[in-house]
Amino acid sequence: MIEVNDLSKRYGEKLAVDSLSFAVRPGVVTGFLGPNGAGKSTTMRVIMGLDRPTSGQVRVNGRSYAQLKAPLREIGALLEAKAIHPGRPAYHHLLSLAASNGIGKGRVLDVIDMVGLSEVARKRAGGFSLGMGQRLGIASALLGDPRIVMLDEPVNGLDPEGVLWIRNLLKSLAGQGRTVFVSSHLMSEMALIAEDLIVIGRGRLLAAGPIADFIARASSRGVRVRSPQAAGLRALLLGEGVTVTNAEPGVLEVTGLDPARIGERAAAAGLVLHELSPREASLEEAFMELTRDAVEYHATTDALATAGRTNR
Amino acid sequence: MSTTTLTRPAGDPRVTPSRVLRMEWIKFWSLRSTIFTLAITALLTIGIGSLISGLVGSGDGGPGQNDFGDPASISLAGAMLAALATAALGVLMSTGEYASGMIRATLAAVPARLPVLWAKATVFAAVSFVLMLGTSLVAFLAGQAILSSRGFDSVTLADPGVFRAVVGAAVYLTGAGLIGLAVGALLRNTAGAITTVVGALFVLPGLVQLLPASWGDTISPYLPSNAAGSFMAVEATSPSLSAWSGLAVFAGYVAVLLAGAAVLLKRRDA
Ligand SMILES: Nc1ncnc2c1ncn2[C@@H]1O[C@H](COP(=O)(O)OP(=O)(O)O)[C@@H](O)[C@H]1O
Ligand SMILES: [Mg+2]
Repeated sequence: MIEVNDLSKRYGEKLAVDSLSFAVRPGVVTGFLGPNGAGKSTTMRVIMGLDRPTSGQVRVNGRSYAQLKAPLREIGALLEAKAIHPGRPAYHHLLSLAASNGIGKGRVLDVIDMVGLSEVARKRAGGFSLGMGQRLGIASALLGDPRIVMLDEPVNGLDPEGVLWIRNLLKSLAGQGRTVFVSSHLMSEMALIAEDLIVIGRGRLLAAGPIADFIARASSRGVRVRSPQAAGLRALLLGEGVTVTNAEPGVLEVTGLDPARIGERAAAAGLVLHELSPREASLEEAFMELTRDAVEYHATTDALATAGRTNR
Repeated sequence: MSTTTLTRPAGDPRVTPSRVLRMEWIKFWSLRSTIFTLAITALLTIGIGSLISGLVGSGDGGPGQNDFGDPASISLAGAMLAALATAALGVLMSTGEYASGMIRATLAAVPARLPVLWAKATVFAAVSFVLMLGTSLVAFLAGQAILSSRGFDSVTLADPGVFRAVVGAAVYLTGAGLIGLAVGALLRNTAGAITTVVGALFVLPGLVQLLPASWGDTISPYLPSNAAGSFMAVEATSPSLSAWSGLAVFAGYVAVLLAGAAVLLKRRDA
């Protein structure tokens, strides 16, 4: 369990994280989504006790990071690829970290095996590819068999096989009841692995909740109606909670009414329809819209509702 | 490739100072550059000491024996230069972690942070002191053998102040490394830290010579390398502190820099 409470982090003039609150629950993969520069890595560094919050707090398994007696056994993180001295063999890198938390050699060999680096473990890490470095980072995150695993952009720069491997790994970790928190700037990636989603932009929370809700909201964004009597139809449909815009001559974009109701009303008024189609926004579009308007929205945990409403 | 847990890490789940020492011990010995640098230091100390012992007083215009001070100092002269290597090693122990980003993994493993600095300093000081004591003994014995074979004065460890000078060379080599380690932790940048340490240990004494004599002579003995020089020499050549005051001043530099590094390590974002 990770809890972030009204967290802000300022670097000089730059407010990297702005009054951010969320919780990450165990048993599912939680995606941490936001465009580059949104504050994801900063938030993760604060969670790991590496950067000091300007205000607010973070709790890891109910305690502040500094209070963890053997942190690697509670939370394992991959913060940046290849955060390892290039001259040191992978095995010794892991062995040294393990030693600090009283984790034995046997476990080091196991995690090396788990991530498939047994062949190269005695080689100096400077020669590792990005993918191997990423696997090594994951090995170090898993060293203490932690209940929380946190990975910052783990699929960046990986080949398709590596991406698949990480997806399966994350799902299996969550399946074991662990808290799995993964950042990405790609909605498409999140859609494949995450069950819960936390979306931030410019350091602020934009949305949080099950990804299923997000998908549902994203795909009910309006109905496209084509009619030779568009003006009359428009007048007919307008009402409480309904917006109608003229996308192009003879075409209306209607929100607030489902296609069935629009069709029934048109039929009742004897208006001709040439097209009646629900406009499905892709997840990526929904994400873009959410983050583009970052500053207009206010941080609430049910900001998903805001995302679904068309602001015109 | 299995993704499931194979073994639960056993043992008492706690970060302890001895475990942090073990971490730093493993890091120290798992870099080839560490071993290489230690070997260079030993070679420089012994090689230069032997070279100067073999050259003093030879040729008409060449340096006379007295230009280098007492026989012990002549054989230990290499330590002054070799301190460059230990200082660089100390710098790299700190900055190497910042350059690679390893520091984040280290501090995430040891959130109290300060044990990491103490452990680094302890591992470095222990290893360096043992190796450098051996090195300075070899340099001393080789130097004296060369001097006496050439018919010059030589001394033994039993002579007054000689043993202190031999141990002093190991203290200086180790202390220079600790200064490097602390400056590296303060600046977190290899080039900047090496420049700073080289400047303070090797360039500053020369610059102070350029000051008006009354100032220079007052300040000079308190510079780190000159303070160290006072406990590495059997007899003082230029205006200098007593051996013990010199040791106290030198230790003071090491302590203040390490304390500064500790304060910033605790305070700064990693
Ligand atoms: N150490 C730092 N010093 C100054 N600015 C920083 C620092 N770290 C991050 N920032 C700034 O904070 C913002 C958030 O960055 P980051 O957390 O890396 O975003 P993300 O991981 O979502 O791409 C960016 O504008 C970045 O430039
Ligand atoms: Mg980032």
